[in-house]
Amino acid sequence: MKSGTCEVAMTATAADDMPLVQFTLRLADNALVLGHRLSEWCGHAPTLEEDIGLANIALDLIGQARALYTYAGTAEGRGRDEDKLAYLRDAPQYRNILLVEQPNGDFAATIVRQLLFAAFMAPFWRALSASKDATLAAIAAKAEKETAYHLRHAGEWLIRLGDGTEESHRRAQAALDEFWPYSGELFETDQVERALIKTGIVVDPATLKAEWDRTLDDILAEATLTRPAAGWMQTGGRSGRHSEHLGYILAELQFLQRAYPGASW
Amino acid sequence: MTGEAKLPLWEVFIRARNGLAHKHVGSLHAADAKMALQAARDVYTRRGEGLSIWLVPSTAIVASDPDEKGMLFEPAESKIYRHPTFYEVPDEVGHM
Repeated sequence: MKSGTCEVAMTATAADDMPLVQFTLRLADNALVLGHRLSEWCGHAPTLEEDIGLANIALDLIGQARALYTYAGTAEGRGRDEDKLAYLRDAPQYRNILLVEQPNGDFAATIVRQLLFAAFMAPFWRALSASKDATLAAIAAKAEKETAYHLRHAGEWLIRLGDGTEESHRRAQAALDEFWPYSGELFETDQVERALIKTGIVVDPATLKAEWDRTLDDILAEATLTRPAAGWMQTGGRSGRHSEHLGYILAELQFLQRAYPGASW
Repeated sequence: MTGEAKLPLWEVFIRARNGLAHKHVGSLHAADAKMALQAARDVYTRRGEGLSIWLVPSTAIVASDPDEKGMLFEPAESKIYRHPTFYEVPDEVGHM
């Protein structure tokens, strides 16, 4: 236990000194946590078709997470591979935005959460595929195609939920209102990104805001949903301050490696 | 979900490669054509099965009546000469 705490403290310091590692971990954590959330639908989705559809998206995200963790581990140079990074960091070391750790809720909530995220990630990956960092550019080029579909999938669903029955409209609007304050974190930057933006490795998320707005506005209009007013935004996940939900996700995600360290297939 | 009334049935056809025909692979439920296309992609192309998808509303399929299979298909069974199996192919022709 003691040595574990020590490792955690050292790790945080090491990552803070390395913007590329920190940035890559944030992307990886977003992908893993959202992928895990979607995997919770497996066997529970409203239809068989959608059960498989959501699992597909979950697997895309977990695949992205694996590539990103592997790269973060290599860039860090401390011998941590994808498994160590995914399974042996506790909640405060996770750097995902709060949006992706929010519970699935009803189907409308899952779709809204996915749409807010994918509407940002689609242009983000497209821009990152021109990164001066060749590995990130390659990961981004693959993720771009996957994410374009995630956006289409969530968008088409939200249009039908919003413009569907009275109940589906009500649920979709409620989900939108609930998750909207979590969208601000998508566009945050701190010293980690700023260092990388300057060198052409990372795209400034502020430059993607107009496209995100347009994507959302088009879909919401067709869905007959009301865009929530701009207001106070949640923050904290990117620096390790999480909602209580992440702890439960990690408890499930990490159980095997915590209980049986080093266990493998 | 009350099923088929709200989510009609669609037949899915996948073309695996250029030059091949679309082949029936199964069916699915979806609210409309766009959603059916997404579901077909999700359900039937996960293992790289295809390059193209066709969807047809199941109600648009005109099917032969199984009770008429005697009338429709049995007469063909006795016409073995319709198969091109009675020709000697000269060796020089090689693989046809």
